[in-house]
Amino acid sequence: MPVSTLRPVSSEEIEALAIGAWILGTGGGGSPYYALLNMRTLYRDGTVVSLMDARDLDDDDLVAVVSNMGAPLVGQERLTDPATIARAVRMMEEHLGREFRAIMSVEIGGGNAIQPFMAAALLGKPVVDADAMGRAFPEAQMTSFAIHDLPMFPLTLADVRDNEVIVTRAASWKWMERLSRKVCVEVGSIAATCKAPRTGREVKECGILGTTTKAIRLGQAVQEARRQHRDPVAAVLQTEGGRLLFSGKVQDVERRTTEGFLRGIARLDGLDQDRGRRFTLAFQNEFAVGWLDGEPCVMTPDLICVLDSISGEAIGTETLRYGQRVRVVALPAPPILTTPKGLTHVGPRAFGYDLDFVSVFS
Amino acid sequence: MRIGIDVGGTNTDAVVLDGATVVHAVKTPTTADVMGGIMRALRDVLDTSGVATGAIDAVMIGTTHFTNAVIQRRDLTPVAAIRIGLPASASLRPFVDWPDDLAAIVRGAIFMVEGGHEYDGRPIVPLDVAAVRRAARQIRESGIRSVAIASVFSPLNAACEIAAAEVVRDECPDVAITLSHELGRIGLLERENVALLNAALLDLARRTTRAFTDALRGSGIPAPLYLTQNDGTVTIASVAETFPVFAFASGPTNSMRGAAFLSKLADALVIDVGGTTTDVGCLRHGFPREANNVVHVGGVRTLFRMPDLLSLGLGGGSLVTEEPLSVGPVSVGYGLTERALVFGGGELTATDVAVAAGLVDLGDRRRVASLPAGLVKKALARIRAMIDESVDRMKPDASEMPLVAVGGGSFLVPPALDGISDVVLVPHHAVANAVGAAIAQVSGEVDQIFQDLTRDEAIAEARRLAEDRAVRAGADPATLNVVEVEDLPISYLPGNSLRTRVRVVGDVTSHRSR
Repeated sequence: MPVSTLRPVSSEEIEALAIGAWILGTGGGGSPYYALLNMRTLYRDGTVVSLMDARDLDDDDLVAVVSNMGAPLVGQERLTDPATIARAVRMMEEHLGREFRAIMSVEIGGGNAIQPFMAAALLGKPVVDADAMGRAFPEAQMTSFAIHDLPMFPLTLADVRDNEVIVTRAASWKWMERLSRKVCVEVGSIAATCKAPRTGREVKECGILGTTTKAIRLGQAVQEARRQHRDPVAAVLQTEGGRLLFSGKVQDVERRTTEGFLRGIARLDGLDQDRGRRFTLAFQNEFAVGWLDGEPCVMTPDLICVLDSISGEAIGTETLRYGQRVRVVALPAPPILTTPKGLTHVGPRAFGYDLDFVSVFS
Repeated sequence: MRIGIDVGGTNTDAVVLDGATVVHAVKTPTTADVMGGIMRALRDVLDTSGVATGAIDAVMIGTTHFTNAVIQRRDLTPVAAIRIGLPASASLRPFVDWPDDLAAIVRGAIFMVEGGHEYDGRPIVPLDVAAVRRAARQIRESGIRSVAIASVFSPLNAACEIAAAEVVRDECPDVAITLSHELGRIGLLERENVALLNAALLDLARRTTRAFTDALRGSGIPAPLYLTQNDGTVTIASVAETFPVFAFASGPTNSMRGAAFLSKLADALVIDVGGTTTDVGCLRHGFPREANNVVHVGGVRTLFRMPDLLSLGLGGGSLVTEEPLSVGPVSVGYGLTERALVFGGGELTATDVAVAAGLVDLGDRRRVASLPAGLVKKALARIRAMIDESVDRMKPDASEMPLVAVGGGSFLVPPALDGISDVVLVPHHAVANAVGAAIAQVSGEVDQIFQDLTRDEAIAEARRLAEDRAVRAGADPATLNVVEVEDLPISYLPGNSLRTRVRVVGDVTSHRSR
C-alpha cells in the first residue's frame, strides 16, 4: 500500500465546500444547506474528516461512492442524516464482505458533495478528493464511470427505518435508475445510496480527480473576495479559469415538470457592457444550453453557472426569478466529458438539443 | 368608524377612518411604556376629531413589539421543543442553526419522539404516545410553561401534532402549546423555528395584548381590538395573542396596505422611505406579495407568511460622503433634526442633498446653499440608482407598473423611473401604516400538496380549505374573496403532484349593530 497523504479538512473548508459545491451544481444538485448543518454539528462535537488524494489509493482498494437520492422537497422535512448514509456504506461492505478504504461522492455539484463527509465522519474513513461528474447532472448514466462502461451494480439503499435494499444486478443504467427510484419512492422519496463500488484503480483511471479541493478553492475564493469587498464573480473566474458570458437581469422564467425533471427557459436582458443584448438559458434541473442573441454560445458539458452579480452566490434553476441581477459564467468541463464518448452521455444531444458541442474554451 | 394605530420604533401613528375617508391622523412619539403612547395617540385622535367613542366599530393595532423582542433578545421565555419524526431527521435537532445567544435564552428542553408523516400522508412510524407523555411529565417537573410541537410533514397531516398536544394538555393543563402546522409551511427546521419563536413570545404577547385592551378601555372605547398580521389582514386580539409571530412584519405590511388604499391601486410597487432604511414591496390585488423563501428574524431562519420585502440602507438620515461617493447605509436616524446640516448640525445627509436640490423644503435652506452643485448632482444620481435597481428587482415581470411612494423620506424618490408607469404620491403618506391597519380584513390561507387532482380541482379544494380558515378567524363568509392563487408542479414526486397556495380575505364580522 503506497504511503497516503491524508489531510484533515477544517470546519472553514467545509463551509467553503458548501459554497463551491453549490456553484458547481450549475443550477441544480440540491442545496447543500442541511448537509452543511450536519457537518457543523459533527465538527462541533470534535469530528475531523480527512481528505485523501486519489493517487494514493492502491489499485485494489475499494472505494464507496455515495449519494443521497430523492426529491428536494422531501429533503426539507426528512432531513439528511449522517447515520443513514453511513448505513448504506456498511450495507455494501457486508454485501461484498470487504471493507472500504475510503468514500467519495458521485456528484460534486450541490448537496451530494457533502454526503461522503457525513458518512466518513461516522465511519472514520477518509474522503477521496474526486467525484464522477465534476458538476451536477440529472441522470445516473451521466457519470465518468458510465462513460467508461464500468458496471453500475450492486447498489445499496438505506431508509431511516429498518429497511435495507440491495440491487444486486441491473441490465443497464436505465434499469438501475428505474429499480432504485421505485424503492426510493416507496420509502418516502428519500434514501441514502451507496452506488456500485469502485476499485482504487477505477477511481484513478475513470474518476474525476481533485474536484473536492476544487469546490473548496472556489468557495474560499468567493469568501475571500466578499471579505475584501472585491468582486466574487471575478474571483470565481480567476480561480477556475472561467469565462464571463453575460451580465444581465432575469427578464422571464418559464418552468415545467416533465418526466420528473424541472425543465424550463430563462431569458436575460443585458446590463453594463451587455446592454442591448439578450441571453437565453435552457435548463433540465441544471443549466444545459445558453444562447446569446439567438446564437448558441455555451452548452453542456461546459459548466454554466448563474451567479448573483453582487454576492457571487449561485442561483438555482428553482430560485431564478424576474429582476435578479446575475452574471452567467462558464467553467471548463472535465476532459472526459468532452470526449466523443463522453458527449454521447452528457453532450447537448443527451438533453435533446440538436447541437454539435462547441466548448467555450476551445 | 375604525381606528388604526401603528406602533413603530420612533412614532406611534393613529388614524380615524370613516368608510374610505381619513377623518383624522396623529403622529406621537413612541413611549417606553407602549401603553402610554397608545393612550396618548387615542386621546389625541379622539379629542381633535371629535369622534364619539361609541361610534368606533373596531380598533386595529400594528406593532413591532414582538420582532424587537427577538432582535433585542428580551422578554422571551424558555421553550420545550417536542419534535415528532424519529427515526427521520434525527441528526438536526431543534435550535440547530440558531444564534448561540438566542438559543441560550429560549432552549428550555428538547424531546425527540417517533412519529410524523410522509409527503403522501402515510405515517413514517406510529406516534410514540408514551414518549410524548414522558416528555410532558418532564416538562411539568421542569416548570417550563411554553411548548412548541413540530412533526415531520405536519402541513400535510397534522394528526401527530394534534394528538401530542392533547397528551401535553392532559399532563400540564397550564402550559401554552404552539403547533407548527398552524404557523408554517413545508420545511421542518424553518417551520419549527417559527413555532419555537412563537412559543417564546407568548407571555409577552399576552401581556402586550392586555395592555392594549386596557388602553382601549381606559380611553372609553368599547369596540373590539384586532392585531394586524404579516399578510396585511387582522385577527381578533384573543386569537392574535396566541400567534405573535404573525405580527412580525406588520409594520411594512401596513404601510403597503395603506399605500394601496390611499392610491386606490391594487397592483403596484410601494416604496416606504424612512429615516434609515427603505422598504420596497409589491402589491398584488391590494396585498403585499408573500415571500416564498426563507426570511431571517433575529438571525433565525423562518419560512411562513411574511411579505416579500427588499430593504436597503437608504433614508432621509443617510450620511453622504463625497470621496468616495457614498449614500448610507450609516444614518443619523433619530438624530436627523439635530445632526443634519439644514437643522444646524454638522453632518451631510440625504435630506440636506434633497433640500439643496429643491426637492423638499426642510430646516434652513441657506445652510446647504454652499454645497457644490456637482456633489448634489452625483449624490442624487446615486440615490436614484439605488431606488431604480431595488424597485426593478421587486417587479413581478418586465411590464411597466405604478410606484406608490410613502414615508417621511419619500421626497428622495425621483418623479420618474425606468419601467415605472407613474410615481404616485398620496395624501396622508406619512401615516400610511396606520391607515393600512385601519382598513385591514381577515384572511385564510392554504399551502399544501395535492395529488392526482387536476389543477382546477386542486385549486378548488385549496380554496374551500382557505375559506374555512378565514371564517374561523372571524371573517364574514358573505364577503370572502380569493386574493392569491399559486401552483407549482413538484418534480420527482409520483402522480400528478401540485403544490397549491390559495389565500382568501373577507371583512371583519360586525361586532356592533350599526
